[in-house]
Amino acid sequence: MSFWVRHKIFERNSIVLVVGILVVIAIGGLVEITPLFYLKSTIEVVDGVRPYTPLELTGRNIYVREGCYLCHSQMIRPLRDEVERYGHYSLAAESMYDHPFQWGSKRTGPDLARVGAKYSDDWHVTHLTNPRAIVPQSVMPGYKFLAETEVDTATIADHLRTNRAIGVPYSDDQIANAVADLRAQADPDNNGVDAFSKRYPKAVVRNFDGKTGAPTEMDALIAYLQMLGTLVDFKLYNEKANLR
Amino acid sequence: MNQAQSQKWMSHGEVGLAAFFSVTAFLCLIAAAEALDTAFAFHATLGIAASLAAVFAIFNRYYSGRPLAPQEINGRPNYNLGPIKFAAAISVFWGIAGFAVGLLIASQLAWPALNFDLPWTSFGRLRPLHTSAVVFAFGGNVLIATSFYVVQKTCRVRLAGDLAPWFVVLGYNFFILIAGTGYLLGVTQSKEYAEPEWYADLWLTIVWVTYLLVFLTTLIKRKEPHIYVANWFYLAFIITIAVLHLGNNPALPVSVFGSKSYVVWGGVQDAMFQWWYGHNAVGFFLTAGFLAIMYYFIPKRAERPVYSYRLSIVHFWAIIFLYIWAGPHHLHYTALPDWAQTLGMTFSIMLWMPSWGGMINGLMTLSGAWDKLRTDPVLRMLVVSVAFYGMATFEGPLMSIKVVNSLSHYTDWTIGHVHSGALGWVGFVSFGALYCLVPWLWNRKELYSLKLVNWHFWIATIGIVLYISAMWVSGILQGLMWRAYTSLGFLEYSFIETVEAMHPFYIIRAAGGALFLIGALIMAYNLWMTVRVGEAEEALPMSGSPPVALQPAE
Repeated sequence: MSFWVRHKIFERNSIVLVVGILVVIAIGGLVEITPLFYLKSTIEVVDGVRPYTPLELTGRNIYVREGCYLCHSQMIRPLRDEVERYGHYSLAAESMYDHPFQWGSKRTGPDLARVGAKYSDDWHVTHLTNPRAIVPQSVMPGYKFLAETEVDTATIADHLRTNRAIGVPYSDDQIANAVADLRAQADPDNNGVDAFSKRYPKAVVRNFDGKTGAPTEMDALIAYLQMLGTLVDFKLYNEKANLR
Repeated sequence: MNQAQSQKWMSHGEVGLAAFFSVTAFLCLIAAAEALDTAFAFHATLGIAASLAAVFAIFNRYYSGRPLAPQEINGRPNYNLGPIKFAAAISVFWGIAGFAVGLLIASQLAWPALNFDLPWTSFGRLRPLHTSAVVFAFGGNVLIATSFYVVQKTCRVRLAGDLAPWFVVLGYNFFILIAGTGYLLGVTQSKEYAEPEWYADLWLTIVWVTYLLVFLTTLIKRKEPHIYVANWFYLAFIITIAVLHLGNNPALPVSVFGSKSYVVWGGVQDAMFQWWYGHNAVGFFLTAGFLAIMYYFIPKRAERPVYSYRLSIVHFWAIIFLYIWAGPHHLHYTALPDWAQTLGMTFSIMLWMPSWGGMINGLMTLSGAWDKLRTDPVLRMLVVSVAFYGMATFEGPLMSIKVVNSLSHYTDWTIGHVHSGALGWVGFVSFGALYCLVPWLWNRKELYSLKLVNWHFWIATIGIVLYISAMWVSGILQGLMWRAYTSLGFLEYSFIETVEAMHPFYIIRAAGGALFLIGALIMAYNLWMTVRVGEAEEALPMSGSPPVALQPAE
């Protein structure tokens, strides 16, 4: 029987056709995706990467909600101009606690993978409120409503708990004190700052939006932006140890 | 059920579906009462309204005493056209809405004041609305309409299920409504082309499985010995989209009474899942599904059999096998391991061949009928769509090569590439199919005006050319500016200088989009007049074209 005659089995039996399609489309995905879960070299071993603080996570959720990833990438490629423009190329480890990942696919605006600590909080407040006040040629929308909206603190512990259920290593302590930590990080005068700094070493505590009162969405988003790309100390990072 | 008879009792399907919607209405009521955020409360309320409307419609149909539609009338299949008419009509509506939002966000990039600095009018929320409206709302409804039509005609049986086809069509559009309003309210997973949140994803899963069952059951009860080639592609599209949707979207909601969830995959694995999904949304939603349209509507309109049966076999299996591997080319030079990037690039380049296999099969179907391109603007639209398909599937493998990608990635070149496929291929083949389908569905001899089709064709073609050439120039220009160095070894341009350089091209792009939108408005008018005043056909019910039987794949 020729090949073409044999093919009739697919043309005459719907179920055989369904099975054939399923087998053929399964192969590529299985080969490309499953090894990423067990090959140790997929995610580098580095010091410093930690789960987001409650305020940073809230800020990240605002980043997700507003669709920032549609114009800003968070993935520096190991190309000369990108490394010079943005900093050390991004490591897989730096986004290992990101659900979802926000690497992005378009740079209508610049990459943000290492925007943390690059500008002052004040710069961010002015820029987010009206981008053209600082960069006249900018095409970014203004987000003045962020400063007017208080962060919803009620459910933040549930957010941490949900993240832990899918593999982000939050401790019981961090979950139990999520609300207090959220308030403390945006207020240097808060009594809880020491306890917060013990739970999240090296996390920055500042009044990010420069206004008194309860933390706003502006506080949260800037707290997130200011920590982006700052967790790994690249003076100490050994590239050779993670060759792959 | 061959005899028309009025029902004594409600059928199992009616009772089951009414019960299902009663339970859904009740669950939505609880969800609305307990909702943690306003968007979730709004969607739960929409759920209550839609479920109650569905229950009412089911009982209303039963008590109106209309008999169940027979499977056959006088030995001829009694085709089920109602849901197809609905999907075809609403696809035109969604298309125009999606193109209009696209024009708005294109203008926002040229004139940022158009963002109005309000949450629900900013680019970041409108862009998913644009992509979902054109891909899933417009394209999806065209696919559902044509697949339900083609599978009935080529199997010579009535569509399986009594209420199920309506459930698929209305349920799918309800999903669109939830997804679209969600974006405006800030409900999004921020995974490109998979933005809808967990509850919308669950609802889509139910609808999609029903779609598969309706399509497959119709295939199983067919009266033709062979499954026609278009149906292979529809089947591959439906099955694979289900697999991709389930693979990419598993998420854990923070609360069952809130809209926010966290996707189970994280970091590099999430990136790989996302682009496995994202690229195959292109491969199976926008390619396999629309190749099915090509395989039915071009032979039908040209009145010629498909060029090569063997080519269709080879390119069918090759394209569905190779496409799945191509995802990592969206992640070149990222933190995804190199071996995965290399696999993605290799298979993307190989993908060129089966893609052109499809193009050749579509174009060569015109053998002996090329003269019709002069007289029939609908056929011209269909054929030009295949030409755009060939162009986009050459450009794609080119851009998947790592060195090319290092320039093109993150720039407008990607946007231009997508639109040469989306406007030229998906858009034109859909328009062509709608121009064929509407007269057939509403029993009209021909379209209201072929002259208007001609206008649509030329205005839209000029729009596409403006769009994609503006994006080529801006993309390559920006890519080159980013990597330009001065003689002293410094980066030559600041980022904002490269943004400024894009301005004229963003205006040209918006102009191209506006022309495309005008073309679609002309189409909407033409189709509306076809339904309203086009001459009714007398003799042959439901087959608007001459009796040239489609040849089964043999």
